[in-house]
Amino acid sequence: MNLIALDSSGQTATVALVSDGVLLGEYTINHKKTHSQTLMPMLQTLCDAAEYELGTTDAIAVAAGPGSFTGLRIGAAAVKGMAQALSKPVIAVPTLEGLACQFYGTEQLVCPIMDARRAQVYSGIYRFSHEGAGVGMHTVAEEAALPMTEQIGRLNALGKNVIFLGDGVEVHRQVIAEQMQVPYILAPLHKRLQSAGSVATRALMMLEEGKQPVEAGAFAPEYLRPSQAEREREEKLGAE
Amino acid sequence: MSRILAIESSCDETAAAVVEDGRKVLSNIISSQIDIHTLYGGVVPEIASRKHTERICQVVEEALKAADMELVDVDAVAVTYGPGLVGALLVGVSYAKGLAFAANKPLIGVHHIEGHISANFIDHPELEPPFPCLVVSGGHTHLVRVKDYGEYEVLGRTRDDAAGEAFDKVARAIGLGYPGGPKIDKISDEGNPEAIAFPRAKVADSVYDFSFSGLKSAVLNYLNSCKMSGEEVNRADVAASFQKAVVDVLVEHAMAALAEGGEKTFALAGGVASNRHLRQAFEEACAQRGIAFYRPAPIFCTDNAAMIGAAAYYEYRKGVRHGLDLNAVPNLKLGERI
Repeated sequence: MNLIALDSSGQTATVALVSDGVLLGEYTINHKKTHSQTLMPMLQTLCDAAEYELGTTDAIAVAAGPGSFTGLRIGAAAVKGMAQALSKPVIAVPTLEGLACQFYGTEQLVCPIMDARRAQVYSGIYRFSHEGAGVGMHTVAEEAALPMTEQIGRLNALGKNVIFLGDGVEVHRQVIAEQMQVPYILAPLHKRLQSAGSVATRALMMLEEGKQPVEAGAFAPEYLRPSQAEREREEKLGAE
Repeated sequence: MSRILAIESSCDETAAAVVEDGRKVLSNIISSQIDIHTLYGGVVPEIASRKHTERICQVVEEALKAADMELVDVDAVAVTYGPGLVGALLVGVSYAKGLAFAANKPLIGVHHIEGHISANFIDHPELEPPFPCLVVSGGHTHLVRVKDYGEYEVLGRTRDDAAGEAFDKVARAIGLGYPGGPKIDKISDEGNPEAIAFPRAKVADSVYDFSFSGLKSAVLNYLNSCKMSGEEVNRADVAASFQKAVVDVLVEHAMAALAEGGEKTFALAGGVASNRHLRQAFEEACAQRGIAFYRPAPIFCTDNAAMIGAAAYYEYRKGVRHGLDLNAVPNLKLGERI
Protein backbone atom coordinates (compact mmCIF):
# COMPACT_ATOMS: atom_id res chain seq x y z
CA MET A 1 0.00 0.00 0.00
CA ASN A 2 1.52 3.28 -1.14
CA LEU A 3 0.11 6.53 0.23
CA ILE A 4 0.60 10.23 -0.24
CA ALA A 5 -0.57 12.10 2.88
CA LEU A 6 -0.92 15.78 3.56
CA ASP A 7 -2.38 18.24 6.03
CA SER A 8 -2.86 21.97 5.38
CA SER A 9 -5.67 22.55 7.88
CA GLY A 10 -3.71 24.98 10.04
CA GLN A 11 -0.56 27.03 9.76
CA THR A 12 1.49 23.83 9.49
CA ALA A 13 2.18 22.51 6.01
CA THR A 14 3.03 18.81 6.14
CA VAL A 15 3.38 16.07 3.51
CA ALA A 16 4.40 12.42 3.83
CA LEU A 17 4.94 9.34 1.70
CA VAL A 18 4.26 5.80 2.88
CA SER A 19 5.36 2.73 0.94
CA ASP A 20 4.49 -0.80 2.02
CA GLY A 21 4.54 -0.12 5.74
CA VAL A 22 7.50 2.28 5.64
CA LEU A 23 7.25 6.01 6.22
CA LEU A 24 9.55 7.00 3.35
CA GLY A 25 9.65 10.57 4.52
CA GLU A 26 7.78 13.43 6.07
CA TYR A 27 8.33 17.11 5.36
CA THR A 28 6.76 19.59 7.78
CA ILE A 29 7.05 23.36 7.95
CA ASN A 30 5.54 25.51 10.68
CA HIS A 31 5.92 28.88 9.12
CA LYS A 32 3.62 31.66 8.00
CA LYS A 33 4.22 31.34 4.26
CA THR A 34 1.03 30.49 2.38
CA HIS A 35 0.26 26.82 1.73
CA SER A 36 -0.42 27.65 -1.88
CA GLN A 37 3.28 28.41 -2.35
CA THR A 38 4.71 25.69 -0.11
CA LEU A 39 2.62 22.54 -0.12
CA MET A 40 3.12 21.25 -3.68
CA PRO A 41 6.84 22.19 -3.89
CA MET A 42 7.31 20.36 -0.57
CA LEU A 43 5.65 17.26 -1.98
CA GLN A 44 7.73 17.49 -5.13
CA THR A 45 10.94 17.78 -3.07
CA LEU A 46 9.92 14.82 -0.92
CA CYS A 47 9.05 12.66 -3.94
CA ASP A 48 12.41 13.48 -5.53
CA ALA A 49 14.35 12.80 -2.32
CA ALA A 50 12.56 9.50 -1.72
CA GLU A 51 12.69 8.54 -5.42
CA TYR A 52 8.97 7.96 -5.14
CA GLU A 53 7.08 6.96 -8.28
CA LEU A 54 3.74 8.82 -8.27
CA GLY A 55 2.24 6.14 -10.48
CA THR A 56 2.61 3.55 -7.70
CA THR A 57 0.26 5.48 -5.40
CA ASP A 58 -2.75 3.51 -4.15
CA ALA A 59 -4.57 6.33 -2.39
CA ILE A 60 -4.13 9.91 -1.19
CA ALA A 61 -4.84 10.72 2.45
CA VAL A 62 -5.71 14.25 3.44
CA ALA A 63 -6.73 16.08 6.59
CA ALA A 64 -10.32 16.78 5.56
CA GLY A 65 -11.27 19.25 8.29
CA PRO A 66 -12.03 20.99 10.43
CA GLY A 67 -9.49 23.77 10.05
CA SER A 68 -8.85 27.04 8.25
CA PHE A 69 -11.37 27.13 5.38
CA THR A 70 -8.79 28.33 2.88
CA GLY A 71 -6.08 26.01 4.17
CA LEU A 72 -8.39 23.02 3.88
CA ARG A 73 -9.32 23.94 0.34
CA ILE A 74 -5.72 24.36 -0.81
CA GLY A 75 -5.04 20.81 0.35
CA ALA A 76 -8.36 19.43 -0.84
CA ALA A 77 -8.10 20.95 -4.32
CA ALA A 78 -4.51 19.75 -4.78
CA VAL A 79 -5.49 16.26 -3.62
CA LYS A 80 -8.49 16.21 -5.96
CA GLY A 81 -6.24 17.18 -8.87
CA MET A 82 -3.67 14.50 -8.04
CA ALA A 83 -6.26 11.81 -7.32
CA GLN A 84 -8.06 12.53 -10.57
CA ALA A 85 -4.86 12.49 -12.61
CA LEU A 86 -3.76 9.22 -11.00
CA SER A 87 -7.28 7.70 -11.00
CA LYS A 88 -6.84 6.87 -7.31
CA PRO A 89 -9.22 7.45 -4.41
CA VAL A 90 -8.99 9.88 -1.51
CA ILE A 91 -8.97 8.92 2.16
CA ALA A 92 -10.62 11.81 4.00
CA VAL A 93 -9.07 11.80 7.47
CA PRO A 94 -10.81 13.99 10.08
CA THR A 95 -8.14 16.54 11.04
CA LEU A 96 -8.61 15.99 14.77
CA GLU A 97 -8.30 12.20 14.44
CA GLY A 98 -5.09 12.65 12.43
CA LEU A 99 -3.75 14.88 15.18
CA ALA A 100 -4.79 12.48 17.95
CA CYS A 101 -2.94 9.61 16.27
CA GLN A 102 0.33 11.24 17.29
CA PHE A 103 -0.43 9.63 20.66
CA TYR A 104 -1.46 6.28 19.11
CA GLY A 105 -1.80 3.67 21.84
CA THR A 106 -1.68 6.01 24.83
CA GLU A 107 -3.82 5.11 27.83
CA GLN A 108 -4.70 8.73 28.46
CA LEU A 109 -7.49 10.67 26.77
CA VAL A 110 -6.28 12.67 23.78
CA CYS A 111 -7.81 16.10 23.20
CA PRO A 112 -6.65 17.91 20.06
CA ILE A 113 -7.62 21.59 20.07
CA MET A 114 -7.41 23.87 17.06
CA ASP A 115 -7.95 27.59 17.32
CA ALA A 116 -11.28 28.23 15.54
CA ARG A 117 -11.44 32.00 16.27
CA ARG A 118 -14.73 33.57 17.39
CA ALA A 119 -13.83 32.38 20.94
CA GLN A 120 -14.12 28.72 19.93
CA VAL A 121 -11.94 25.70 19.31
CA TYR A 122 -12.34 22.77 16.97
CA SER A 123 -11.92 19.84 19.28
CA GLY A 124 -12.84 16.24 19.96
CA ILE A 125 -11.90 13.71 22.65
CA TYR A 126 -10.38 10.37 21.69
CA ARG A 127 -9.10 7.23 23.42
CA PHE A 128 -7.14 4.23 22.25
CA SER A 129 -7.67 0.58 23.17
CA HIS A 130 -5.20 -2.29 22.92
CA GLU A 131 -6.65 -5.13 20.86
CA GLY A 132 -4.25 -8.01 20.56
CA ALA A 133 -1.22 -6.63 18.78
CA GLY A 134 -3.29 -3.78 17.38
CA VAL A 135 -4.77 -0.56 18.59
CA GLY A 136 -8.33 0.67 18.28
CA MET A 137 -9.30 4.32 18.21
CA HIS A 138 -12.53 5.50 19.82
CA THR A 139 -14.36 8.78 19.84
CA VAL A 140 -15.28 9.89 23.35
CA ALA A 141 -16.63 13.29 22.25
CA GLU A 142 -17.39 14.07 18.58
CA GLU A 143 -15.50 16.79 16.74
CA ALA A 144 -17.20 20.16 17.14
CA ALA A 145 -16.66 23.90 17.20
CA LEU A 146 -17.19 24.88 20.84
CA PRO A 147 -15.84 27.17 23.59
CA MET A 148 -12.66 25.84 25.22
CA THR A 149 -14.27 26.06 28.66
CA GLU A 150 -17.04 23.69 27.51
CA GLN A 151 -14.50 21.08 26.39
CA ILE A 152 -12.62 21.46 29.69
CA GLY A 153 -15.89 20.85 31.52
CA ARG A 154 -16.37 17.58 29.63
CA LEU A 155 -12.83 16.45 30.39
CA ASN A 156 -13.27 17.23 34.09
CA ALA A 157 -16.49 15.18 34.10
CA LEU A 158 -14.72 12.23 32.42
CA GLY A 159 -12.15 12.30 35.24
CA LYS A 160 -9.26 10.75 33.27
CA ASN A 161 -5.75 11.99 32.52
CA VAL A 162 -5.57 14.09 29.36
CA ILE A 163 -3.03 14.95 26.66
CA PHE A 164 -3.69 18.26 24.87
CA LEU A 165 -2.21 19.01 21.46
CA GLY A 166 -2.86 21.27 18.48
CA ASP A 167 -2.38 24.95 17.72
CA GLY A 168 -5.05 25.79 20.29
CA VAL A 169 -2.75 24.76 23.13
CA GLU A 170 -0.76 27.98 23.05
CA VAL A 171 -3.89 30.14 22.69
CA HIS A 172 -5.70 28.47 25.61
CA ARG A 173 -2.75 27.59 27.84
CA GLN A 174 -3.99 29.86 30.62
CA VAL A 175 -7.61 28.74 30.73
CA ILE A 176 -6.43 25.11 30.70
CA ALA A 177 -4.16 25.82 33.69
CA GLU A 178 -6.95 27.59 35.54
CA GLN A 179 -9.85 25.22 34.91
CA MET A 180 -8.52 21.69 34.45
CA GLN A 181 -9.27 19.60 37.56
CA VAL A 182 -7.79 16.32 36.27
CA PRO A 183 -4.11 15.67 35.51
CA TYR A 184 -3.07 16.71 32.00
CA ILE A 185 0.00 17.32 29.88
CA LEU A 186 0.58 19.60 26.93
CA ALA A 187 2.11 17.76 23.98
CA PRO A 188 5.83 18.33 23.49
CA LEU A 189 6.94 20.43 20.50
CA HIS A 190 7.59 17.49 18.18
CA LYS A 191 4.05 16.17 18.70
CA ARG A 192 2.20 19.44 19.15
CA LEU A 193 1.10 20.28 15.61
CA GLN A 194 -0.17 18.52 12.46
CA SER A 195 1.93 15.72 11.01
CA ALA A 196 1.23 14.09 7.65
CA GLY A 197 2.79 10.89 8.99
CA SER A 198 0.10 10.81 11.64
CA VAL A 199 -2.57 11.48 8.97
CA ALA A 200 -1.19 8.47 7.05
CA THR A 201 -1.34 6.33 10.21
CA ARG A 202 -4.96 7.26 10.76
CA ALA A 203 -5.74 6.66 7.07
CA LEU A 204 -4.37 3.12 7.26
CA MET A 205 -6.37 2.49 10.45
CA MET A 206 -9.52 3.73 8.71
CA LEU A 207 -8.97 1.28 5.84
CA GLU A 208 -8.57 -1.53 8.38
CA GLU A 209 -11.76 -0.42 10.09
CA GLY A 210 -13.47 -0.91 6.73
CA LYS A 211 -14.04 2.79 5.96
CA GLN A 212 -14.15 3.24 2.19
CA PRO A 213 -12.01 5.83 0.40
CA VAL A 214 -13.94 8.23 -1.87
CA GLU A 215 -13.57 9.21 -5.52
CA ALA A 216 -11.73 12.47 -6.19
CA GLY A 217 -14.94 14.11 -7.43
CA ALA A 218 -16.93 13.15 -4.33
CA PHE A 219 -14.40 14.48 -1.84
CA ALA A 220 -15.01 17.84 -0.14
CA PRO A 221 -13.65 19.24 3.13
CA GLU A 222 -15.67 18.99 6.34
CA TYR A 223 -15.78 22.61 7.54
CA LEU A 224 -17.97 22.00 10.63
CA ARG A 225 -19.31 25.51 10.15
CA PRO A 226 -21.48 27.10 7.49
CA SER A 227 -20.15 30.27 5.84
CA GLN A 228 -20.88 33.56 7.59
CA ALA A 229 -23.34 34.54 4.84
CA GLU A 230 -25.29 31.31 5.25
CA ARG A 231 -25.32 31.69 9.02
CA GLU A 232 -26.58 35.27 8.84
CA ARG A 233 -29.22 34.33 6.29
CA GLU A 234 -30.48 31.48 8.45
CA GLU A 235 -30.62 33.78 11.48
CA LYS A 236 -32.55 36.33 9.47
CA LEU A 237 -34.99 33.75 8.11
CA GLY A 238 -35.37 32.30 11.60
CA ALA A 239 -36.17 35.73 13.03
CA GLU A 240 -38.90 36.43 10.49
CA MET B 1 -0.61 21.06 -32.76
CA SER B 2 -1.08 21.90 -29.08
CA ARG B 3 -4.07 21.09 -26.94
CA ILE B 4 -4.43 22.86 -23.64
CA LEU B 5 -6.71 21.90 -20.77
CA ALA B 6 -7.75 25.19 -19.18
CA ILE B 7 -9.38 25.81 -15.80
CA GLU B 8 -11.12 28.94 -14.54
CA SER B 9 -12.52 29.61 -11.04
CA SER B 10 -11.91 33.30 -10.39
CA CYS B 11 -15.48 34.21 -9.41
CA ASP B 12 -18.70 32.20 -9.43
CA GLU B 13 -18.32 29.95 -12.47
CA THR B 14 -16.39 26.69 -12.28
CA ALA B 15 -15.16 26.12 -15.81
CA ALA B 16 -12.90 23.87 -17.85
CA ALA B 17 -12.16 23.65 -21.56
CA VAL B 18 -9.88 22.02 -24.07
CA VAL B 19 -8.57 24.41 -26.74
CA GLU B 20 -6.50 23.53 -29.79
CA ASP B 21 -3.84 25.99 -30.92
CA GLY B 22 -5.53 28.87 -29.15
CA ARG B 23 -8.36 29.19 -31.66
CA LYS B 24 -10.35 26.00 -31.82
CA VAL B 25 -12.52 25.08 -28.84
CA LEU B 26 -12.84 21.31 -28.47
CA SER B 27 -14.93 21.59 -25.32
CA ASN B 28 -16.16 24.33 -23.01
CA ILE B 29 -17.89 23.37 -19.78
CA ILE B 30 -19.25 26.00 -17.39
CA SER B 31 -20.89 25.19 -14.08
CA SER B 32 -22.56 28.35 -12.84
CA GLN B 33 -23.34 28.99 -9.19
CA ILE B 34 -25.58 31.95 -9.94
CA ASP B 35 -28.70 30.33 -8.43
CA ILE B 36 -27.00 30.12 -5.04
CA HIS B 37 -25.51 33.62 -5.04
CA THR B 38 -28.81 35.16 -6.17
CA LEU B 39 -30.16 34.27 -2.70
CA TYR B 40 -27.59 36.66 -1.23
CA GLY B 41 -27.89 39.45 -3.82
CA GLY B 42 -24.32 38.98 -5.02
CA VAL B 43 -21.38 36.62 -5.03
CA VAL B 44 -20.45 35.32 -1.56
CA PRO B 45 -16.72 34.46 -1.71
CA GLU B 46 -16.77 31.66 0.87
CA ILE B 47 -19.72 29.93 -0.78
CA ALA B 48 -18.10 30.34 -4.22
CA SER B 49 -14.89 28.72 -2.95
CA ARG B 50 -16.78 25.80 -1.44
CA LYS B 51 -18.77 25.18 -4.62
CA HIS B 52 -15.65 25.31 -6.80
CA THR B 53 -14.07 22.64 -4.60
CA GLU B 54 -17.13 20.41 -4.93
CA ARG B 55 -17.51 20.73 -8.68
CA ILE B 56 -14.06 21.09 -10.17
CA CYS B 57 -13.34 17.39 -10.80
CA GLN B 58 -16.63 16.80 -12.61
CA VAL B 59 -16.26 19.94 -14.72
CA VAL B 60 -12.76 18.92 -15.86
CA GLU B 61 -13.90 15.36 -16.48
CA GLU B 62 -16.76 16.62 -18.64
CA ALA B 63 -14.42 18.92 -20.57
CA LEU B 64 -12.06 16.06 -21.38
CA LYS B 65 -14.95 13.77 -22.28
CA ALA B 66 -16.60 16.35 -24.53
CA ALA B 67 -13.25 16.81 -26.30
CA ASP B 68 -13.02 13.03 -26.59
CA MET B 69 -9.69 13.05 -24.82
CA GLU B 70 -7.86 11.67 -21.81
CA LEU B 71 -5.64 13.74 -19.57
CA VAL B 72 -2.54 12.10 -21.10
CA ASP B 73 -3.48 13.59 -24.49
CA VAL B 74 -3.24 17.23 -23.41
CA ASP B 75 -0.02 19.18 -23.87
CA ALA B 76 -0.38 21.52 -20.92
CA VAL B 77 -2.64 22.55 -18.04
CA ALA B 78 -3.58 26.23 -17.82
CA VAL B 79 -5.32 28.00 -14.96
CA THR B 80 -6.50 31.50 -14.08
CA TYR B 81 -4.33 32.80 -11.22
CA GLY B 82 -5.67 36.35 -11.01
CA PRO B 83 -7.30 38.75 -10.72
CA GLY B 84 -10.40 37.59 -8.87
CA LEU B 85 -11.63 36.36 -5.49
CA VAL B 86 -8.59 34.93 -3.75
CA GLY B 87 -10.37 31.96 -2.19
CA ALA B 88 -12.02 31.07 -5.49
CA LEU B 89 -8.78 31.44 -7.46
CA LEU B 90 -6.94 29.24 -4.96
CA VAL B 91 -9.23 26.30 -5.69
CA GLY B 92 -8.47 26.35 -9.41
CA VAL B 93 -4.76 27.04 -8.90
CA SER B 94 -4.30 24.32 -6.25
CA TYR B 95 -6.29 21.81 -8.25
CA ALA B 96 -4.40 22.59 -11.48
CA LYS B 97 -1.08 22.20 -9.69
CA GLY B 98 -2.10 18.81 -8.30
CA LEU B 99 -3.31 17.72 -11.73
CA ALA B 100 -0.25 18.98 -13.61
CA PHE B 101 2.14 17.48 -11.05
CA ALA B 102 0.54 14.05 -11.02
CA ALA B 103 0.04 13.95 -14.80
CA ASN B 104 3.53 15.38 -15.41
CA LYS B 105 2.25 18.20 -17.64
CA PRO B 106 3.52 21.77 -17.97
CA LEU B 107 1.56 24.35 -15.96
CA ILE B 108 0.66 27.81 -17.29
CA GLY B 109 -0.90 30.51 -15.13
CA VAL B 110 -3.16 32.90 -17.03
CA HIS B 111 -4.45 36.41 -16.31
CA HIS B 112 -8.25 36.43 -16.27
CA ILE B 113 -8.62 39.63 -18.31
CA GLU B 114 -6.02 38.49 -20.84
CA GLY B 115 -8.31 35.49 -21.16
CA HIS B 116 -11.32 37.72 -21.87
CA ILE B 117 -9.34 39.58 -24.53
CA SER B 118 -8.10 36.31 -26.07
CA ALA B 119 -11.69 35.05 -26.35
CA ASN B 120 -11.71 37.13 -29.53
CA PHE B 121 -9.18 34.76 -31.13
CA ILE B 122 -11.63 31.88 -30.82
CA ASP B 123 -13.27 31.19 -34.18
CA HIS B 124 -11.60 34.30 -35.67
CA PRO B 125 -8.46 32.91 -37.40
CA GLU B 126 -7.84 36.20 -39.20
CA LEU B 127 -7.70 38.36 -36.06
CA GLU B 128 -4.15 39.29 -35.11
CA PRO B 129 -2.62 42.00 -32.94
CA PRO B 130 -2.19 44.90 -32.77
CA PHE B 131 -5.69 46.15 -31.90
CA PRO B 132 -7.34 48.04 -29.06
CA CYS B 133 -9.77 46.07 -26.91
CA LEU B 134 -12.36 47.21 -24.42
CA VAL B 135 -12.93 44.75 -21.57
CA VAL B 136 -16.16 45.32 -19.64
CA SER B 137 -17.41 42.99 -16.96
CA GLY B 138 -18.84 42.94 -13.47
CA GLY B 139 -15.42 43.49 -11.98
CA HIS B 140 -13.42 45.18 -14.74
CA THR B 141 -13.47 48.09 -17.16
CA HIS B 142 -10.21 48.25 -19.10
CA LEU B 143 -9.33 49.87 -22.39
CA VAL B 144 -6.27 47.98 -23.58
CA ARG B 145 -3.97 48.08 -26.58
CA VAL B 146 -3.07 44.50 -27.54
CA LYS B 147 0.41 45.14 -28.98
CA ASP B 148 1.25 41.51 -29.66
CA TYR B 149 0.22 38.11 -28.32
CA GLY B 150 0.62 38.37 -24.56
CA GLU B 151 1.72 42.01 -24.69
CA TYR B 152 -0.64 44.63 -23.41
CA GLU B 153 -0.68 48.32 -22.74
CA VAL B 154 -3.45 49.54 -20.46
CA LEU B 155 -4.75 52.81 -21.89
CA GLY B 156 -7.54 53.39 -19.39
CA ARG B 157 -9.34 51.79 -16.52
CA THR B 158 -12.14 52.66 -14.16
CA ARG B 159 -11.26 54.87 -11.22
CA ASP B 160 -14.13 53.54 -9.11
CA ASP B 161 -16.94 51.15 -10.08
CA ALA B 162 -16.60 48.70 -12.95
CA ALA B 163 -19.25 49.20 -15.63
CA GLY B 164 -20.90 45.88 -14.75
CA GLU B 165 -20.88 46.81 -11.08
CA ALA B 166 -22.76 50.03 -11.90
CA PHE B 167 -25.32 47.93 -13.81
CA ASP B 168 -25.77 45.69 -10.76
CA LYS B 169 -26.16 48.61 -8.36
CA VAL B 170 -28.63 50.49 -10.53
CA ALA B 171 -30.60 47.29 -11.21
CA ARG B 172 -30.89 46.75 -7.46
CA ALA B 173 -31.97 50.37 -6.90
CA ILE B 174 -34.83 50.08 -9.41
CA GLY B 175 -35.81 46.66 -8.08
CA LEU B 176 -34.69 44.49 -10.99
CA GLY B 177 -32.49 42.25 -8.86
CA TYR B 178 -29.23 40.41 -9.49
CA PRO B 179 -27.46 40.07 -11.90
CA GLY B 180 -28.26 43.54 -13.16
CA GLY B 181 -26.63 43.60 -16.61
CA PRO B 182 -28.97 41.35 -18.58
CA LYS B 183 -32.03 42.73 -16.76
CA ILE B 184 -31.21 46.35 -17.58
CA ASP B 185 -30.40 45.36 -21.16
CA LYS B 186 -33.85 43.78 -21.50
CA ILE B 187 -36.03 46.40 -19.80
CA SER B 188 -34.22 49.16 -21.74
CA ASP B 189 -35.97 47.99 -24.89
CA GLU B 190 -39.17 49.49 -23.48
CA GLY B 191 -37.60 52.73 -22.26
CA ASN B 192 -36.53 56.02 -23.76
CA PRO B 193 -32.74 56.44 -23.56
CA GLU B 194 -33.13 60.23 -23.82
CA ALA B 195 -35.76 60.48 -21.06
CA ILE B 196 -33.38 61.46 -18.27
CA ALA B 197 -30.11 63.36 -18.74
CA PHE B 198 -27.60 61.39 -16.68
CA PRO B 199 -23.99 62.66 -16.66
CA ARG B 200 -21.20 61.33 -18.90
CA ALA B 201 -18.28 61.53 -16.50
CA LYS B 202 -14.83 62.60 -17.65
CA VAL B 203 -11.74 61.91 -15.58
CA ALA B 204 -9.78 65.15 -15.31
CA ASP B 205 -6.21 63.98 -15.92
CA SER B 206 -6.84 61.07 -18.28
CA VAL B 207 -8.46 60.77 -21.70
CA TYR B 208 -9.10 57.04 -21.39
CA ASP B 209 -9.93 56.40 -17.73
CA PHE B 210 -13.53 55.82 -16.68
CA SER B 211 -15.63 56.77 -13.67
CA PHE B 212 -19.07 55.31 -13.07
CA SER B 213 -19.73 56.08 -9.42
CA GLY B 214 -20.96 59.62 -10.23
CA LEU B 215 -23.40 58.19 -12.73
CA LYS B 216 -24.61 55.62 -10.22
CA SER B 217 -25.11 58.41 -7.63
CA ALA B 218 -26.98 60.50 -10.19
CA VAL B 219 -29.39 57.60 -10.75
CA LEU B 220 -29.86 57.13 -7.00
CA ASN B 221 -30.42 60.87 -6.52
CA TYR B 222 -32.95 60.89 -9.34
CA LEU B 223 -34.84 57.97 -7.77
CA ASN B 224 -34.74 59.70 -4.40
CA SER B 225 -36.05 62.99 -5.74
CA CYS B 226 -38.90 61.16 -7.49
CA LYS B 227 -39.77 59.51 -4.20
CA MET B 228 -39.69 62.83 -2.34
CA SER B 229 -41.97 64.52 -4.85
CA GLY B 230 -44.25 61.50 -5.11
CA GLU B 231 -43.53 61.19 -8.83
CA GLU B 232 -43.85 57.70 -10.28
CA VAL B 233 -40.58 56.23 -11.59
CA ASN B 234 -40.55 54.78 -15.08
CA ARG B 235 -38.05 51.97 -14.54
CA ALA B 236 -37.59 51.31 -18.25
CA ASP B 237 -36.71 54.97 -18.86
CA VAL B 238 -34.26 55.02 -15.97
CA ALA B 239 -32.62 51.81 -17.18
CA ALA B 240 -32.45 52.95 -20.81
CA SER B 241 -31.08 56.40 -19.92
CA PHE B 242 -28.52 54.97 -17.52
CA GLN B 243 -27.41 52.35 -20.03
CA LYS B 244 -27.10 54.96 -22.77
CA ALA B 245 -24.85 57.06 -20.52
CA VAL B 246 -22.55 54.08 -19.90
CA VAL B 247 -22.50 53.04 -23.56
CA ASP B 248 -21.79 56.59 -24.78
CA VAL B 249 -18.71 56.90 -22.57
CA LEU B 250 -17.38 53.45 -23.49
CA VAL B 251 -17.80 54.08 -27.23
CA GLU B 252 -16.30 57.56 -27.04
CA HIS B 253 -13.16 56.38 -25.24
CA ALA B 254 -12.68 53.40 -27.53
CA MET B 255 -13.06 55.52 -30.66
CA ALA B 256 -10.54 58.01 -29.30
CA ALA B 257 -8.04 55.17 -28.81
CA LEU B 258 -8.60 53.97 -32.37
CA ALA B 259 -8.15 57.49 -33.73
CA GLU B 260 -4.89 57.84 -31.83
CA GLY B 261 -3.46 54.38 -32.66
CA GLY B 262 -4.70 54.30 -36.25
CA GLU B 263 -5.65 50.60 -36.06
CA LYS B 264 -8.39 49.32 -38.36
CA THR B 265 -9.49 46.59 -35.95
CA PHE B 266 -11.30 46.81 -32.64
CA ALA B 267 -12.41 44.14 -30.18
CA LEU B 268 -14.85 44.02 -27.30
CA ALA B 269 -14.59 41.51 -24.43
CA GLY B 270 -15.96 40.61 -21.02
CA GLY B 271 -19.37 39.76 -19.64
CA VAL B 272 -20.91 43.14 -20.53
CA ALA B 273 -19.81 42.61 -24.16
CA SER B 274 -22.93 40.51 -24.62
CA ASN B 275 -25.10 43.54 -23.75
CA ARG B 276 -27.08 44.06 -26.97
CA HIS B 277 -27.25 47.82 -26.78
CA LEU B 278 -23.49 48.08 -26.21
CA ARG B 279 -22.74 45.74 -29.10
CA GLN B 280 -25.04 47.62 -31.41
CA ALA B 281 -23.48 50.99 -30.52
CA PHE B 282 -20.00 49.61 -31.23
CA GLU B 283 -21.10 47.99 -34.50
CA GLU B 284 -22.43 51.34 -35.68
CA ALA B 285 -19.45 53.38 -34.50
CA CYS B 286 -16.96 50.97 -36.10
CA ALA B 287 -18.93 50.70 -39.35
CA GLN B 288 -18.98 54.50 -39.70
CA ARG B 289 -15.18 54.55 -39.43
CA GLY B 290 -14.46 51.49 -41.61
CA ILE B 291 -13.13 49.52 -38.67
CA ALA B 292 -13.43 45.74 -38.39
CA PHE B 293 -15.33 45.02 -35.20
CA TYR B 294 -14.80 41.82 -33.24
CA ARG B 295 -16.54 40.42 -30.24
CA PRO B 296 -16.59 36.91 -28.84
CA ALA B 297 -19.70 34.75 -29.16
CA PRO B 298 -21.86 35.32 -26.04
CA ILE B 299 -20.78 32.00 -24.47
CA PHE B 300 -17.15 33.20 -24.58
CA CYS B 301 -18.05 36.61 -23.10
CA THR B 302 -19.05 35.24 -19.73
CA ASP B 303 -16.41 33.76 -17.45
CA ASN B 304 -15.28 30.58 -19.18
CA ALA B 305 -12.18 28.43 -19.52
CA ALA B 306 -11.97 28.38 -23.32
CA MET B 307 -10.73 31.97 -23.23
CA ILE B 308 -8.07 30.91 -20.69
CA GLY B 309 -7.00 28.14 -23.07
CA ALA B 310 -6.78 30.66 -25.91
CA ALA B 311 -4.56 33.03 -23.90
CA ALA B 312 -2.49 30.13 -22.53
CA TYR B 313 -1.63 28.89 -26.00
CA TYR B 314 0.32 32.04 -26.84
CA GLU B 315 2.14 31.84 -23.49
CA TYR B 316 2.85 28.15 -24.11
CA ARG B 317 4.25 28.94 -27.56
CA LYS B 318 6.59 31.48 -25.97
CA GLY B 319 7.85 28.89 -23.48
CA VAL B 320 6.13 30.31 -20.40
CA ARG B 321 5.88 27.66 -17.65
CA HIS B 322 4.89 28.06 -14.01
CA GLY B 323 6.26 26.12 -11.06
CA LEU B 324 4.33 24.34 -8.35
CA ASP B 325 4.74 27.44 -6.20
CA LEU B 326 2.25 29.29 -8.45
CA ASN B 327 -0.01 31.31 -6.17
CA ALA B 328 -3.33 33.04 -6.64
CA VAL B 329 -2.82 36.78 -7.12
CA PRO B 330 -6.17 38.50 -6.49
CA ASN B 331 -5.00 41.90 -7.78
CA LEU B 332 -2.79 40.70 -10.64
CA LYS B 333 -2.17 43.55 -13.08
CA LEU B 334 -2.84 43.18 -16.77
CA GLY B 335 0.35 42.23 -18.61
CA GLU B 336 2.09 41.52 -15.30
CA ARG B 337 4.00 38.23 -15.10
CA ILE B 338 4.58 36.62 -11.70
